[in-house]
Amino acid sequence: MSGRIAFILRRFLQAIPILLAIIIINFLLLKLAPGDAADVLAGEAGSATPEYMAELRAKFGLDKPVPVQLAQYVGRVLMLDFGYSFRHDMPVAQLVIDRLGPTLILMVTTILLAVGFGILLGLLAATGLNTWRDNVISILALVSYATPLFWVGLMLIVVFSINLGWFPTSGMETIAAFHTGWARVLDIAHHLVLPAITLSLFYLALYTRLMRASMLEQAGMDYVITARAKGLSERRITFRHVLRNALLPVVTMAGVQVSSLIGGSVIVETVFGWPGLGQLAFESLFARDLNLLMGIFFLSAVLVLIVNLIVDILYTLLDPRIELK
Amino acid sequence: MTDLTEQLPEGEAPNLRARALGFWRLFARNRPAVLGLAILIGVIVLAAIAPIIYPDNPFSLAGRPMSPPFGEWIFGTDTLGRDVMAGIAHGARTSLMIGLVATVVAVVFGTLMGALAGYYGGWIDDLLMRITEVFQTIPSFVFAILLVAIMSPSIQSIIIAIAVVSWPALARLVRGEFLSMKNREFVQASVVMGVPDWKIILIQILPNCLSPVIVAGSLLVATAILIESGLSFLGLGDPNVMSWGFQVGAGRTVLRRAWWICTFPGVAILLTVLAINLVGEGLNDALNPRLRERKG
Repeated sequence: MSGRIAFILRRFLQAIPILLAIIIINFLLLKLAPGDAADVLAGEAGSATPEYMAELRAKFGLDKPVPVQLAQYVGRVLMLDFGYSFRHDMPVAQLVIDRLGPTLILMVTTILLAVGFGILLGLLAATGLNTWRDNVISILALVSYATPLFWVGLMLIVVFSINLGWFPTSGMETIAAFHTGWARVLDIAHHLVLPAITLSLFYLALYTRLMRASMLEQAGMDYVITARAKGLSERRITFRHVLRNALLPVVTMAGVQVSSLIGGSVIVETVFGWPGLGQLAFESLFARDLNLLMGIFFLSAVLVLIVNLIVDILYTLLDPRIELK
Repeated sequence: MTDLTEQLPEGEAPNLRARALGFWRLFARNRPAVLGLAILIGVIVLAAIAPIIYPDNPFSLAGRPMSPPFGEWIFGTDTLGRDVMAGIAHGARTSLMIGLVATVVAVVFGTLMGALAGYYGGWIDDLLMRITEVFQTIPSFVFAILLVAIMSPSIQSIIIAIAVVSWPALARLVRGEFLSMKNREFVQASVVMGVPDWKIILIQILPNCLSPVIVAGSLLVATAILIESGLSFLGLGDPNVMSWGFQVGAGRTVLRRAWWICTFPGVAILLTVLAINLVGEGLNDALNPRLRERKG
């Protein structure tokens, strides 16, 4: 057990240089952008004298050499200070934390949908190899894999919101209704259906294909032949032996995909007006609010780091054969 | 590539024609890949003849705004009276060009990084793989958005952004190939003979790991087109160039009254990306025949 704790600690320490590198990339991008914080402030104020600009630059440490600025920037980020969003008149950190909730609701629902149905469909395809069932599932996966998310979202809105009127077109809840308790949960769930389906479609295709391939690979292993030689039924071999081993690569992929899931949620939240980080990113693009965009970028990178860490730890629990190093 | 020559009659020099024919036979065994190739050729032809069949600027007014499809304009007109089909034809040029150029940049850079890491190993490998890991941790689409926003939207900035988020996967792939190749006898023989490193990397090892790179590259074109359409949907496309993502984004606000503006450019993206994926899988089957059994 102490080996596992040491492993977790080591993985945690390995994440630190990556985090630092991401902060440095953030800083370099900030330097690359036209205009600095003083320009932005002066722009917000309408006009500024050169003396005032110099004063502002001194206040933000922008007159110091670049390495000093970098050190100050790293220090600020570690204190969770990402600057101020003038458009929203709020500190960036506050804004980002406020919008994290809706995004997490959307992402967790999506992962559950995609992994759950992906495993089921992959299993169905693999157990009926080369039958119509396998072919239909494989073709659907191939098509979903090639469909742009924003287009799926818009088409779902056309069919299910505009024509059938089953689901709302945008937002996370009916603001005017002032639902509380379970009524509010149901209301949010009702709004969640279309965005979650849209975002999960691509990953559903991915997990279906992965699960199918994984099942087929496991089916050729020696232990399956042993089980068959013992006289176990095919059903028992599939569910008790193959399925369990085939799940491992799917779990790993679920972690790796969180990074692209965040990108997808920018698109889906924009399409459905879901008030999360993605929509905030879209708004900040239009308002040319670079501070805010940087904050979102940094937070999403940290989110990926954390999820990868959790998946690594889960993996050692699921598969005792993994060496802890 | 040795698999192709093995199929030819022994003693006969494998000329280019016979090799191409053998390759085509392997490729054509995958029926969906042939269908994908047909669709892809269709899109390429459309892109090529776009300036001939639609000589006017695709941004210019063609007729009454929001005319329904299958009338005077096959796919209707958008909110500003632009012909949707003309936009699709010109958008094909943009998508294919950006997809191709961004992929070439990503493949060249990723291959270079992977080759250096795999061939030299040691601290060079450690450093380059650490950098790759950082780029793989960063959420790629958000990174691409940020890069385009900072560099201001243009064809060049979109290509750079897509290449920057796409190279790490290739670097890892090429590194793996180099690791397995560098201890083979033919490479060791070159080392003993004193062949310079760059020659061993370029002339001895690289040609031997081209097939996985070609397959990964072809799939990357599809991803690049998807990223480009996503960027231009969000309003980060080059404002002077027509693109499919822009068309869908522009039609979004009138979805209720004019479904066709969003629908047809989206179908164009779907078909193109699907076709490229199918061709990529066909290439994979043809270039690595032994892998197919494992994929089931």
